[in-house]
Amino acid sequence: MSTIAHTQKRGFAGTVWDYLTTVDHKKIAILYLLAGGFFFLVGGIEAMMIRIQLAVPNNDFVSAGLFNEIITMHGTTMIFLAAMPLLFAFMNAVMPLQIGARDVAFPFINALGFWLFFFGGLFLNLSWFLGGAPDAGWTSYASLSLASEGHGIDFYALGLQISGFGTLMGGINFLVTIINMRAPGMTYMRMPLFTWTTFVASALILFAFPPLTVGLFMLIFDRMFGSGFFDVAMGGNTIIWEHFFWIFGHPEVYILVLPAFGIFSEIFPTFARKRLFGYSSMVFATVLIGFLGFMVWAHHMFTTGLGPIANAIFAVATMAIAVPTGIKIFNWIMTIWGGSIQFTVPMLYAVAFIPSFVMGGVTGVMQAAAPADYQFHDTYFIVAHFHYVIVGGIVLGLLGGAHFYWPLMFGTMLSEKLGKITFVLFLVGFHLTFFIQHFLGLMGMPRRVWTFLPGQGLDAGNLISSIGAAFMAVGIIIMLVNVVITQKKNIQVGRDPWKDGRTLEWSIPSPAPFYNFKQLPLVRGLDPFWIEKMEGKTEMTPAEPIGDIHMPNNSFTPFVISLGLFIAAFGAMYQADEGKGWAIPVLIIGMIVTFGAMLYRSIKDDHGYHIHKEDLLDDAGKGGTH
Amino acid sequence: MANLQPNSGDPKVTYEYRRKKHAEEMRMQVITFTMMIFFTVIAFAAVGAGFSKWFIVPFVLLLAIVQVIFQLYYFMHMSHKGHAEAQLFMYSGVLVGFLTVLTFVTIIWW
Amino acid sequence: MAAEQKFTPQTWPESPEQATLEGKNKFLGFWFFLGGETVLFASLFATYLALKDSVPSDTHAKAADLFELPLVFLMTMLLLTSSLTSVFAMYHMKNYNFKKMQQWLFITVALGLAFLGCEIYEFNHYYHEYEHKFTSSAFGSAFYTLVGFHGGHVVFGLSWIIALMIRNAKRGLDLYNAPKFYLASLYWHFIDVVWVFIFTVVYLMGMVG
Repeated sequence: MSTIAHTQKRGFAGTVWDYLTTVDHKKIAILYLLAGGFFFLVGGIEAMMIRIQLAVPNNDFVSAGLFNEIITMHGTTMIFLAAMPLLFAFMNAVMPLQIGARDVAFPFINALGFWLFFFGGLFLNLSWFLGGAPDAGWTSYASLSLASEGHGIDFYALGLQISGFGTLMGGINFLVTIINMRAPGMTYMRMPLFTWTTFVASALILFAFPPLTVGLFMLIFDRMFGSGFFDVAMGGNTIIWEHFFWIFGHPEVYILVLPAFGIFSEIFPTFARKRLFGYSSMVFATVLIGFLGFMVWAHHMFTTGLGPIANAIFAVATMAIAVPTGIKIFNWIMTIWGGSIQFTVPMLYAVAFIPSFVMGGVTGVMQAAAPADYQFHDTYFIVAHFHYVIVGGIVLGLLGGAHFYWPLMFGTMLSEKLGKITFVLFLVGFHLTFFIQHFLGLMGMPRRVWTFLPGQGLDAGNLISSIGAAFMAVGIIIMLVNVVITQKKNIQVGRDPWKDGRTLEWSIPSPAPFYNFKQLPLVRGLDPFWIEKMEGKTEMTPAEPIGDIHMPNNSFTPFVISLGLFIAAFGAMYQADEGKGWAIPVLIIGMIVTFGAMLYRSIKDDHGYHIHKEDLLDDAGKGGTH
Repeated sequence: MANLQPNSGDPKVTYEYRRKKHAEEMRMQVITFTMMIFFTVIAFAAVGAGFSKWFIVPFVLLLAIVQVIFQLYYFMHMSHKGHAEAQLFMYSGVLVGFLTVLTFVTIIWW
Repeated sequence: MAAEQKFTPQTWPESPEQATLEGKNKFLGFWFFLGGETVLFASLFATYLALKDSVPSDTHAKAADLFELPLVFLMTMLLLTSSLTSVFAMYHMKNYNFKKMQQWLFITVALGLAFLGCEIYEFNHYYHEYEHKFTSSAFGSAFYTLVGFHGGHVVFGLSWIIALMIRNAKRGLDLYNAPKFYLASLYWHFIDVVWVFIFTVVYLMGMVG
């Protein structure tokens, strides 16, 4: 039986089963996109509720307690369950193709990473239906979170712990893939910028997530198992949580923004039809940002009272980050400069990103000055700043990337017209929402307040901000419509749909066949596909004859391992309650499921299978449809 | 395809050469182990003898660091070729870890 | 296929753990994981140092009251020796001597179990003699979390090695399981690395106050 043919047609149940067991990085990318997109909408709805509540003074659209839950879940969802997985979607979809790899280094672990993230996110969001969501802010400072009643914070700690394991595995997988699986000729300094940023972001994940893991374990132990890490009465110290959270939390910002930088660094050269200006300085700046990202976490804690020496050190380190970031900004501008520019939707997002992100960066340097930060701290100025960085940097990158890579992932092209409407609405809405918040903050409006009194000069600003949020919401809805229409029409656009693709991912049929490259390409320089095009060729020069291709087997085990932890988390959470004798057994059963599945994976041989040469030759000309 | 021996002219010679090399390496590891035991004994003895705290703390820390370097480079073969990436990431981990420890012994004083 | 090919000591490759692409990936990925583990344990050490002797009242035992050198010395010797025996096992793995490798792994496991026994006795002793509990003070929480995480790693490492030994007992060495044995031994060495810092920072430095 042809191994290629049997993957072609299947019913709905078959498709679901295929996705539950898949280890193909392109399908895992789609899973990340779906799950991350879903959580993005959930976080967006929470954002809209915040802005409705704050649209007018003395509003009581939601209660004060519910408001705390909403802001906590908005932040947590957007960072951990929306931005990270959406970036992981693009990393999975694009990076292996960019380096000319047939697969990632650890397909099984890649799938496990997704399911852990998914079950962690699901667990966290079930809090809404099981007695209330976490309400101590996304930073969950210990003095507040230990005092929080109910199980909200337990959901936060356990859910993030599970999804954090998944992220860590994904990071290691990307690192090894990039180091070991590059195509012949793909040296480090020929890697596309998105691959480089994935590499650095993955390294940051590797070192930033363990402190979060430790902090979350302590929170879990304190709340559910009676320890005293943060409990001052037992000799504990609540500042420990703050440090762990930000030792993780600051690199996390770069984990998110670097891949977004990478996406823009792919979009600019493509649509300016010029090679990226200052490639090596871009690589250098990326690595430097990653390095400095670990030296600055305490700037989130200036007002904690670390003392003038510590504050000064962290202030200087923080300002230093502006230098490599500035290098990047100039390089992007110089890339467009004199190019033959085409304003497609991805390019619009990329161009809009530059001024938006620079504004966020400038306010960041303002806050880096520790004395000034005493004034800005915990006001809407901070809210404005980090939304300029996150929405102006990361979300614009995700939206631009979604349009740019949609053909790569699905073989169809999102409507440019609807895309432009989304772009205008979203960009206008974004600046309308957050620009005014700088001034609200400077006028003294504290962040995380449930409501405010009339006649304090805050009314108009908050109303404008809420109107802006509505613009963004409409923009996103139009984008969803765009997606539905595009997929309904299902017009396959084939290979290199933007016509100006420069890197390897555009040199193969879109969507890519499940084995990616029939023959590994020979890479002869930066922007390898562009080099071949300039020499009048339409395809890459192969680096090997056609031969058998080794592929991994699908597996349901990642799902089971993650499900076990999901079950165990309920046991861990409820065993702290009085009269819930069933909880400890549940905890144990969940752990048995997880470790049993791991043991099963470990002792059962899985050598994968081979696609035979003859089948590959048969598959010629059919493109990558499956 | 599985067994690529770049230096094998005569398989038997290569085989014996490799056996010898392994045996030499083993000798090095036994020496390493002896030194690790020796360091451990000294560290415990220093504490048992009741020297001043200001001597003991840096002294046992130094011994621990030397021991761990032995462990990493000889027992875990980090001295071998092909460990460049492993070294880069271990040292990055050590750096981040060191910063964390430094923070927790300096600016947590409440 | 290549991974199940049978070998003789003569044809066995020089670095069997990295002879296949899968082996190379595992090797690198595992080192990166150990890099992450370094940060994890550093975080636990940092917490321990911040909370050392931090107890709610003077009736609680402090580090200098608790620890006794002989037991810790015994545990250290057990673990250090087990590190050497797992090096022996890898030596025989590289020489394609499966039987000797299994024997040395068996001794490694035995030493690891003895270490674990000592640790359980130790925790039990603190708990009952000194009322030094996980839930009694921040110091207790930090101590049991740090040393307990290490103990958890020992348990996991032992289970891993035992599972590998049983699974491959009949099959012998091939390029599919050689990387697995190699990684398990790396993990075991890393556990020893952490212990070197635990006996230094927690016990020896704890004794001198």
